[in-house]
Amino acid sequence: METSHASTIVLDVEDWPGHIAGQHVDVRLTAQDGYQAQRSYSIASAPEDSRFALTVERIDDGEVSPYLVGELRVGDTFEVRGPIGGPFSWRVESGGPLLLVGGGSGLVPLMAMARHHAARRSEIDMRLLVSARSWEDVLYHEELSRQVRRDGVDVRFTLTREQPAGWGGFARRIDAEMLSAVGPKPSAKPAIFVCGPTPFVERAANLLVELGHRPQAIRAERFGPTGS
Amino acid sequence: MTPLSRGFRGRPRRDIDPARIPPGQYAVDDFPVLSAGPTPRTPTADWSFTVDGAIDAAASWRWEQFMALESETFTVDIHCVTKWSKLATSWTGVSIDTLLEGVETSAAYVTAWSDGGYTTNLPLADLTGGKAWVVHSFDGTPLEPEHGGPARLLVPHLYFWKSAKWVRGLRLTVDDEPGFWEAAGYHNRGDPWQEQRYWND
Ligand SMILES: Cc1cc2nc3c(=O)[nH]c(=O)nc-3n(C[C@H](O)[C@H](O)[C@H](O)COP(=O)(O)OP(=O)(O)OC[C@H]3O[C@@H](n4cnc5c(N)ncnc54)[C@H](O)[C@@H]3O)c2cc1C
Repeated sequence: METSHASTIVLDVEDWPGHIAGQHVDVRLTAQDGYQAQRSYSIASAPEDSRFALTVERIDDGEVSPYLVGELRVGDTFEVRGPIGGPFSWRVESGGPLLLVGGGSGLVPLMAMARHHAARRSEIDMRLLVSARSWEDVLYHEELSRQVRRDGVDVRFTLTREQPAGWGGFARRIDAEMLSAVGPKPSAKPAIFVCGPTPFVERAANLLVELGHRPQAIRAERFGPTGS
Repeated sequence: MTPLSRGFRGRPRRDIDPARIPPGQYAVDDFPVLSAGPTPRTPTADWSFTVDGAIDAAASWRWEQFMALESETFTVDIHCVTKWSKLATSWTGVSIDTLLEGVETSAAYVTAWSDGGYTTNLPLADLTGGKAWVVHSFDGTPLEPEHGGPARLLVPHLYFWKSAKWVRGLRLTVDDEPGFWEAAGYHNRGDPWQEQRYWND
């Protein structure tokens, strides 16, 4: 369990061809009566990691995520297809600087990038802004706290609903001032990856454009829903 | 053989005609948003639509001119490669047949291009014959920027990434030139009924 409503699933994939941090897979489940459901999940592990992992957040009235978070047991099998996705991926060879902005489960593909950065002992300037409702809702919060100290990724958090006592991070919805405080300046021409629920991505990407970042440098991945 | 997922039942099958849902898709009621970058916001005063490339004379319409063209309101099902399908969506826009009226061309392909740098390629035959439109309204109201406004291409018989948001023009080409997703591993044609999602499908 990563939080009370999200789990990391470690998979043994036959003939896995390898992936680039940021890519995703398609998961396909098949019920007894032959009914099938497919959804996309980002790969949480770095290409260098020995374990292949997905992290899934439970959407309460969802069809697939409650099964993956609550029902799946060690030894179960299901179909996985991938890796998929070119634009939303990064490798050390592509260089930096880098700004990663993740909301909720949108942290997953960004975590793969941060893990890749750490595994390669990269010195590339990588900044990561994580938005969540509370500290307990931040996926991988222990690993991320370690990463700040050890692996040279500059990780900042904003907790929008509830903050622990003595909290020193941000405590509001993402805004222009926050993105300026975290990010490399537009003049440094960072590559930017934004991922999370659609309204979060819309807001963050619009703010980044308004701050003067080049639209072509901003890669976005929207994890549904729209609320409309 | 397809492995069964122990304990997976799936949602109670809804009362929708299964013949309208392509393989691997599921029906949604909301309208998810998928695009690779920030949402461009082009005021209609700065907007124009251009048809050029392998044709004798390029044509271009400013927003008022485009809105003055004959438009159609129609209802179609749409299918996104990320697995959702939305049934019975209502759109208003100008048929590609209208935009290509009188155009003589040896081109067999089209690259649709958009604000923000997005491109997608299609066989010309997939855009003509009443199969595709440039739409400006969804459900009777102006198309929101998140969904491609002021105007987007709509090619409902292919996966929805072919329905380029924020479309600004069609370039007719003799050779087929892969667009943004097509160069990144997605299928060149994208027929949902053949489940043509990725390169090797
Ligand atoms: C490229 C890509 C990568 C993704 N990577 C991940 C990932 O790494 N981890 C992860 O947990 N999810 C990820 N998602 C989202 C995932 O594919 C599913 O959409 C999600 O798990 C919900 O599926 P479901 O079957 O449980 O819900 P559904 O049955 O599809 O939906 C049930 C209800 O929940 C709403 N809903 C759907 N998605 C969300 C959401 N994200 N938040 C709130 N409400 C929602 C729907 O609008 C609907 O009303 C990714 C999506 C994409 C497109």
